[in-house]
Amino acid sequence: MVDPLAVLNAVVAGVMLGGFYAAVALGIAIAFGMLDVPNLSHPAFVVAGAFATWQLNSRLGLDPVVAGVLLTPVFYGLGVVVYRLYHVCFERRGETALQGLAFFFGLLFITEVALVMIAGADYRSVVAPYIGSSREILGVTVPNRMLVPFVVSIVMIATLHQFLLRTFTGRAIQAVAQDQTALRLMGIGPTRIKAFAFGVATATASIAGALLIIIEPVEPSVGRDFIGRAFAAVVLGGMGSFWGMLFASIILGITESLVSDMWNPSWAPAIAFGFLLPTLAFRSSGLLGRRL
Amino acid sequence: MSNWRFCLLLATLVVAFWLAGRLVTNEYVFFTGYAVLQYILLATAWNLLGGYAGYINFGSAAFFALGAYVSVALNKLVELPVPVLILAGGVSSGTLGLVMGYLTLKLRGVFFSIATLALAIVFQAVITNWEFVGGSSGAYVIRPANGPWGGPYVEYLFYVMLILACAAVALARGIERSAIGYGLAAIRDDEVAAEISGVPTLKLKVLATVLSGTLMGMAGAPLPFYVAYLDPPSAFNLSYAVNTIAMPLVGGTRTWIGPVIGAILLDGVQEAAMVTISSASNLLLVGLLMVAFITLAPNGIVGLVQSARRRK
Repeated sequence: MVDPLAVLNAVVAGVMLGGFYAAVALGIAIAFGMLDVPNLSHPAFVVAGAFATWQLNSRLGLDPVVAGVLLTPVFYGLGVVVYRLYHVCFERRGETALQGLAFFFGLLFITEVALVMIAGADYRSVVAPYIGSSREILGVTVPNRMLVPFVVSIVMIATLHQFLLRTFTGRAIQAVAQDQTALRLMGIGPTRIKAFAFGVATATASIAGALLIIIEPVEPSVGRDFIGRAFAAVVLGGMGSFWGMLFASIILGITESLVSDMWNPSWAPAIAFGFLLPTLAFRSSGLLGRRL
Repeated sequence: MSNWRFCLLLATLVVAFWLAGRLVTNEYVFFTGYAVLQYILLATAWNLLGGYAGYINFGSAAFFALGAYVSVALNKLVELPVPVLILAGGVSSGTLGLVMGYLTLKLRGVFFSIATLALAIVFQAVITNWEFVGGSSGAYVIRPANGPWGGPYVEYLFYVMLILACAAVALARGIERSAIGYGLAAIRDDEVAAEISGVPTLKLKVLATVLSGTLMGMAGAPLPFYVAYLDPPSAFNLSYAVNTIAMPLVGGTRTWIGPVIGAILLDGVQEAAMVTISSASNLLLVGLLMVAFITLAPNGIVGLVQSARRRK
């Protein structure tokens, strides 16, 4: 007999975890879901964000979340440079499929090895007053190191969603996502908007990285575990849909948490694939998204 | 050159290597040679789908490790000769390719690639949890001291891999010049146009995936005997996936010779870097070379040579 309290515990933990996955997937939801740029290296950027946060935290004693937010301009710049390079080398030539994917895979690999060479292959962690304490929600004890990332992630997603809905630039990004040819016919070049949007997508990596290092100690190769999860969340949620992505991330988080608690934690990384493959095969438009 | 003549040439090459091998007394030569041949085989296999059809497989490590672990599992049950294990590894990975292909190849190529990336992770989880083949603590495989015709066992593995690599290259060359190859090239250039012109795109893509997966499984099958100890982190090492992609891209993806050049060159560079610098920097080197080639010379070394010739 399964203890109902244990199940509730696992579900609450899973919701928290899923909220954090959504923070990682957010950058991919923008870059891949809206701009059609298959940015495989995003999870590696998230890990780079975690290491940068670790530096600011251990050297200057900054709060990790504050550090993550302060780092966003740097990551925005990085994103714009990466997109420009991608555009000049692949998008403009129309060779996005093979070469572009391999390019991002190479970037992923370079980022990871560079982190090993700069910071070493050891696990790093941050110090903050809320790490280690916990609070009670619905009769379930939730550690603050899970709760803080969850809240920050939801705030970040909601803010970006409002930005896309309400501002002129945000709507322009949506226009790029919907129909680039039409945009070009109206006399608007999609490249600048895409560079901006890709920069924003990459900027979310520094915050997601800060959240990652709050949740658990980080070493350079952990990013790989998030590629499957983040892309599964984006595809399952439906390309271009933020809420779908968040919803899918939370389902993923709950499933992983249940499997880890009831069965064996080492199966957790495989679950994303269990979601991804059937979605691709049978329902490629995802739960709430546009058709592929 | 016709296919038969090319095969004859390769057979002569194998015999020449065998004769030259009689003079070699240092086992290290066979160890290094095996690694190069393994990469030639993997790069050629990857290129069947990645280069000819333009569908990127990031999960080479999964196909390769599946072959390796099928041999570990079979070897625990009964003692079988390596060629039988190679066949078993090939069949298993080929089947995996068939399933993956049918499920994901109907969509745009990007989704196939992402699915293969996730595949490697899921397979690692499966193997890590499979106690029969050692689980996370790994499996020891007893390597016989001598090959079936005498001489060190590594020497025997070297010749097995040499024959496999030559067969794969001959297959790739044959496909490149056949209706299948032209069909795959049409898919790479414009899939919609190919479909409309009557190219059976899905069938060809699945065929290429199955062949590619089979060869990768065959490449993995002798691995347990080569390394003698196999655990999930080393069997699924990211460097296999990266090298398998980097080698054809550096050498040139349009022709059979590209992956061969890329494999020899990149493996040589890494051997040299391993001795002179550190092993982390040697992986960085591969990553940088790969990105440099895709951005600056998308047709690889073969493409550079061709355009230099044209200019003359």
